[in-house]
Amino acid sequence: MATNLPASAHAQGGIGTAPVPHTEHDEHLHEHDEHHDQHWLWKYVFSQDHKMIARQFLITGIFWAIVGGTLSSLFRLQLGWPEATLDWLQPLLGKWIEGGKLSKEFYLALVTMHGTIMVFFVLTAGLSGTFSNFLIPLQVGARDMASGFMNMLSYWFFFLSSVIMFISLFLETGPAASGWTIYPPLSALPQAIPGSGMGMTLWLVSMVFFIVSQLLGGVNYVTTVINLRTRGLSMSKLPLTIWAFFLTAILGILSFPVLLSAALLLVFDRSFGTSFFLSDIYIAGQALHNQGGSPVLFQHLFWFLGHPEVYIVIMPAMGMVSEILATNARKPIFGYRAMIGSLIGISLLSFVVWAHHMFVTGMNPFLGSVFMFLTLIIAVPSGVKVFNWLATLWRGNIRFTAAMLFSIGFVSLFISGGLTGIILGNATLDIQMHNTYFVVAHFHLVMGSSAFFGLFAGVYHWFPKMFGRMMDEKLGYIHFWLTFIGVYLVFMPMHYVGIAGFPRRYYSWTGFDAFSQFADLNKFISAAAILAFFAQFVFIFNFFYSIFRGRRATQNPWNSTTLEWTTPIVPGHGNWPGEIPAVYRWPYDYSKPGSEVDFIPQNVPYSQTASSNLPYEREIED
Amino acid sequence: MTALTILLVLVLLLVVFGLLFRLQILTSIFSGTYVREIGMSNRINAVLMLVFMVVGGAAFFWSFSENFNKMNPPVASIHGHAMERMFWTTMTVIGIAFVLTQVILFVYSYKYQHREGRRAYFFAHNNTIEVVWTIIPAIVMASLIFAGWKAWTRITGPAPKDAVVVEVMGKQFNWLVRYPGRDMKLGVVNYRLIDASNDFGFDLSDKAALDDFTTNGEIHVPKGHPVLIKIRSRDVLHAVYMPHFRVQMYAVPGMPTRFWFTPTMTTDEMRAHLGNPKFDYELACNQICGASHFAMKAKVIVDEPDDYQAWYAKQKPNSDNADMMASYKETSKSAGLGKGGSLGAKAAAIEETGETPAAPLSVQTAM
Repeated sequence: MATNLPASAHAQGGIGTAPVPHTEHDEHLHEHDEHHDQHWLWKYVFSQDHKMIARQFLITGIFWAIVGGTLSSLFRLQLGWPEATLDWLQPLLGKWIEGGKLSKEFYLALVTMHGTIMVFFVLTAGLSGTFSNFLIPLQVGARDMASGFMNMLSYWFFFLSSVIMFISLFLETGPAASGWTIYPPLSALPQAIPGSGMGMTLWLVSMVFFIVSQLLGGVNYVTTVINLRTRGLSMSKLPLTIWAFFLTAILGILSFPVLLSAALLLVFDRSFGTSFFLSDIYIAGQALHNQGGSPVLFQHLFWFLGHPEVYIVIMPAMGMVSEILATNARKPIFGYRAMIGSLIGISLLSFVVWAHHMFVTGMNPFLGSVFMFLTLIIAVPSGVKVFNWLATLWRGNIRFTAAMLFSIGFVSLFISGGLTGIILGNATLDIQMHNTYFVVAHFHLVMGSSAFFGLFAGVYHWFPKMFGRMMDEKLGYIHFWLTFIGVYLVFMPMHYVGIAGFPRRYYSWTGFDAFSQFADLNKFISAAAILAFFAQFVFIFNFFYSIFRGRRATQNPWNSTTLEWTTPIVPGHGNWPGEIPAVYRWPYDYSKPGSEVDFIPQNVPYSQTASSNLPYEREIED
Repeated sequence: MTALTILLVLVLLLVVFGLLFRLQILTSIFSGTYVREIGMSNRINAVLMLVFMVVGGAAFFWSFSENFNKMNPPVASIHGHAMERMFWTTMTVIGIAFVLTQVILFVYSYKYQHREGRRAYFFAHNNTIEVVWTIIPAIVMASLIFAGWKAWTRITGPAPKDAVVVEVMGKQFNWLVRYPGRDMKLGVVNYRLIDASNDFGFDLSDKAALDDFTTNGEIHVPKGHPVLIKIRSRDVLHAVYMPHFRVQMYAVPGMPTRFWFTPTMTTDEMRAHLGNPKFDYELACNQICGASHFAMKAKVIVDEPDDYQAWYAKQKPNSDNADMMASYKETSKSAGLGKGGSLGAKAAAIEETGETPAAPLSVQTAM
């Protein structure tokens, strides 16, 4: 192999042909080149290749998303049709159906596990685990992650954690049932709820392994971005995806250990008789010995992770959406530096807003004032991002790929859900809204649905690179419209229920005069939620069908500028068969005036694009 | 059996769907349309964006106004009215931002759909615009913060000296209620003294506890008078949530909390106002506390001040409760709190809530 032609940027089926990049002769073949004779066990199971690990994360994430979605359909049945008999679920749920009704304990277990699974296993591991792994080496021009072995461990710790959490679903006493935030004392005392017995123990053990997995992954992402960028790729030329993954990983590294400490202290309280979070408790006819502990302390520790966590979930989606919007609007992302700045701003602020979850938990009201101030400031960088996305669409030339549709959907949902955060971040208004369906609607739009849309956008966009084939576009359109409409039908009316003060995690509202209205609306929400869930099977079919039978991908199907599209259609271990391409420009040279084609890949030097160079670029022609 | 049939039908449907899909792909390969190109589908999606905005926007507007009255629980406290105004002002502000940004998003999506031969406008940044849309939201947020902060400090500030004091204690799955009695002092309680006839764990060696009285779970408060609710929990977290008074505060074991408010309408007035003779103010638990969390409620009755005094005077103090007095001796001994009660430093520390311990009841004079 004399030249590294696969690293060139031939546009295939595009509007024209991109300039052929500057290539050099490969002096020595790279040691990371393809290993053709790998045993399947090392290739598909205990793989150290970041692309295989990404696929493992993705498929495990899809599995968990189906489980999490099923759980939500079950409890929406109860909320929509509280009078219905659910005997037909007996074969699936067994003793959790009592006299034709969902058992009350199991209802709480369902909401708890739905939250845990979706937040941690799908939107943290499934989203960031998949795309950080897949895109960081490909977009920074690295052969693999800094440590392939640690990366493999990261997946297998996640797998272990998944197995434990999955087993907990089948326990005699049920899985954890004290809400995904596992506030003690409820989560500490099996006398208080059966799910706090073995179910909670497994939950905590599983989370410990999950945190280990996150840290192994995070350290790798940060190291790779800092150390393994290819020649010429300065931080100010990184695609926004990488910026987002990089900052996400930093957030994870700094905040997950705090959750670990909270979990460990809770283990101590549960098993070894300490009193970190327990005090003055009389339960089941017995006064406990614990004194001096503070349940509020646990909440501080939990939300010190818990709030950065929502940005851990949403920032990768923001990064991918920025990339996909620019590519498909055929325009540079508007305000590249402002986009980086706002990501950094959000990352910093995300560490100092955690107690806005605790305005009415008995925390000192003065702290409430401080956290209200900091919380509402975070709306500013978030707003900047939205405006920049809108400006990116302005005077673009938009191609509606499935990925583009989901990205536009992401922006719409992020606006809808983000704005209500201004209400909830206001301590005064939170007095009424705290723990109502207003909160549920808010975070399902802004971090749940939005992050899912980012995930879908990413899968549709990078599927050709992952599997060498294309997903079916028409099914993608159907999937998008069903999901987009479905999500709005579920969560818009949920705000009304919330403004009326309906508390969350209620098995039924019929006991209250104040919550006697809206039975119809709850039925409507449930129906929409279940339909939207079933619409996801269009995606699942499309995904697995396309892996094996999809249309074969071309090298750069979206005419994109970033480095991953310079690899072979199905990159082997080491990503580039020859030398790694060097980078000369930022990643958003779309529709540049003077250029023949409407995109100039990052690895094309300025010397080859004299006609389109801007004044300051002429000076650095090389 | 039914489940099996349903499963079978689902599987068959999936197979049929898969075959149809395969058929469609094979025909499109034959007809030569099986290559991705920017064509009709791009146009359809662009139009759908606009349709979604118009139809979705209309549906939202319709359903919102249709449900507006149902989603507004009547307000019955002074600070509640201020909160309500702030809520709808903020909703208007974010509503404007919502409509503006969503319309721009969908209209741009439609307007700038791909057209053959057109080229996107290379527009990478503009510092003026960036500064403008950073500063304007910052100013808006600052004013919202300021308003919120003012209201928050007032609402969470110290209760007026003449506030009526009532204490609620959450337990799985109901609310216990006690009043300070004639001396206007809440007596010491200690969770180790709880037993079947002493739900609160009154320390009866404290004189102030002897005239305290508990109710059957109903909370009576006088209209037009500040009410300080002291809040405890004796097992897990609960939250006192009274939607009509716009009151919410957690009940935390080991850490007494508080919230004060002034009711503005009696239960009877509210019944007449709503035309619902069965209406009652309710206290709901709003922090997950176990299987029957959803059923943990208490009735709140707002009386005219005179009626309130009459009711207050009728209640029987702890000292009249023979069972409690009898069992107290046993329990205090077995709890190891020693002869003569438990008024140790520990119990006193538990009682310390930072409140003036005996906020005088203004109706006291009448009693």
